[in-house]
Amino acid sequence: MHPLLARPGAFAVYLIAWVPLTAILGALLVLAGGMTALEAAVVSPLLTGVYAFVCLSSWYLCVAFPIRTSRLFSLAVTLTVASVVAASLWVLWGATLGGLLALAPPFATLPEALRRATLVVLLLGILLYLLAVALHYLLAAARDAKEREEREVELKSLARDAELQALKERLNPHFLFNALNSIGSLAASRPEEARRMCALLADFLRTTLGLSGKAEIPLSEEIALARRYLAVERVRFGDRLGFTEDLDPAAADSLVPPLLLQPLVENAVKHGIARRIDGGTLTLVTKRFGDRVSIVVENPADDDAPPAAGTGLGLVNVARRVSASWGDAGRFSARRVDATFRAEIELPART
Amino acid sequence: MASRPLGVVIVDDEELARELVREFLVSHGDVAVLATCANGFEAVEAVAEKKPDVLFLDVQMPGLDGFEVLELVERDAEGRPAVVFVTAYDQYALRAFDANAVDYLLKPFDRVRFDMALERARSRIGAARPAAPAAPLREGPLRRVVVKAGTTVTVLPVETIDFVKAEDDYVLLSAGGKEHLKQQTLASLEDALPKERFVRIHRSYILNLDRLNKVEQGDTGAPTAVLADGTRLPVSRAGAQRLNEILGR
Repeated sequence: MHPLLARPGAFAVYLIAWVPLTAILGALLVLAGGMTALEAAVVSPLLTGVYAFVCLSSWYLCVAFPIRTSRLFSLAVTLTVASVVAASLWVLWGATLGGLLALAPPFATLPEALRRATLVVLLLGILLYLLAVALHYLLAAARDAKEREEREVELKSLARDAELQALKERLNPHFLFNALNSIGSLAASRPEEARRMCALLADFLRTTLGLSGKAEIPLSEEIALARRYLAVERVRFGDRLGFTEDLDPAAADSLVPPLLLQPLVENAVKHGIARRIDGGTLTLVTKRFGDRVSIVVENPADDDAPPAAGTGLGLVNVARRVSASWGDAGRFSARRVDATFRAEIELPART
Repeated sequence: MASRPLGVVIVDDEELARELVREFLVSHGDVAVLATCANGFEAVEAVAEKKPDVLFLDVQMPGLDGFEVLELVERDAEGRPAVVFVTAYDQYALRAFDANAVDYLLKPFDRVRFDMALERARSRIGAARPAAPAAPLREGPLRRVVVKAGTTVTVLPVETIDFVKAEDDYVLLSAGGKEHLKQQTLASLEDALPKERFVRIHRSYILNLDRLNKVEQGDTGAPTAVLADGTRLPVSRAGAQRLNEILGR
């Protein structure tokens, strides 16, 4: 939709701007064409009235040739051709108008006067058309700026949603309740261990809350958080929960949104290892190859779970965050292969 | 009653959680902890062997969950222990009372609250126990069926069940050529199984649709379901109608 036609107020301002232009045209017709004041007063509004609408067409030119991406040469050629064509049509319209008006006796000399002013009208037409182009490029720029702003706001709110969701999961009450129950149990029999568990839990919560304000953190910090979480869960599950890691130092500084990995680690414990009688080992592997980083979380799957499992809400959120952060450049997959559940994030390395 | 100690079995997959219950029980001189179990299978076995008066039962455990343990214990002729659920999740409370649990302890809990639960359990022992409801509350359709033969507990994911046959007060579950007997009515099992997969094809049969190969018209005009492994099951008129509906013919 044309931005001026879309808003009646703006369109009125545009038309009013043509009033002084009409006066200038009239003056030129008198000076260059030798018209009488009456002739010029009748002809020039009829000329500019039509040309005001012709100039609106430059909007589509602006849309087709965005100023940022078009090559200067092709832009110059296009604008020249378009303005000359528009101005020529205007001259032609003037000649037609003159012919019609000459049928009335007071305007008998009008065609002759218009012919004398042809060059002036043509040049003015080109100038006015180029002015209209400039105006429309400004309108396009304003529109783009507004759209960009809206997109940024949307992206920000998506990121905030994900962060809130992650925080909620973080303060997952069952995790807390179970940890507190462990502390209660240790308090009587092994008070020293109860204190250690308090410290571990506080450490984990403090780190989590500290992350919430940040847009991006190095992968190594995210992994440090996972270790703290697993330390708490190891007190609960004891030997049933094992943890091994194979970390590529070249991937450590790569930036990720905070709490990206955490849902995968929690899933592995909650839906995988905790559901197995003998427990199992969670494996965390990071690898950098070229300008890509891969993060893999693996755990032995729950024997009784249907093999299709892996579409849980936590995993959907991870997928959403990966695509919000990296678009098509980020990849996320989570599936069960035989007895192993494997979640992988692949992302562009950025430090 | 006072002469005999109160027999207790503790079931929780976390060692620290088991320890806490045990510790709270120490101050009660008339209580004997008969067994502590780390999963549902051990629990079913311990209850059958030790016949406890009170069972402290976690809900989320590997293998069998607390409700499945209860379901298997329920069928024992000797009567069931008084059950106190112990969990960090409050969303199972309704189901727990529906299953006639005497109390529902939310982790973490203190000694005062624990003693209250023990008192409730104590007062329930010997009292007439209301019958379990025909259709216990459940979250969505059944995902697996638990059966017990002697002390052996088998977990059957529903997709492994080929068909179910009614046998008096029992159902016979056929899965991969093996048969499992379970004390339950066919109607209540039909109700619990996922509707898109299981169809009551006959007064005495429920069929897993994935196993259906074809339906044949016999000489007498009575249709017969032929399964992928060649098993033939009778189909009633109402059953044929249900089959047609679900298969969209």
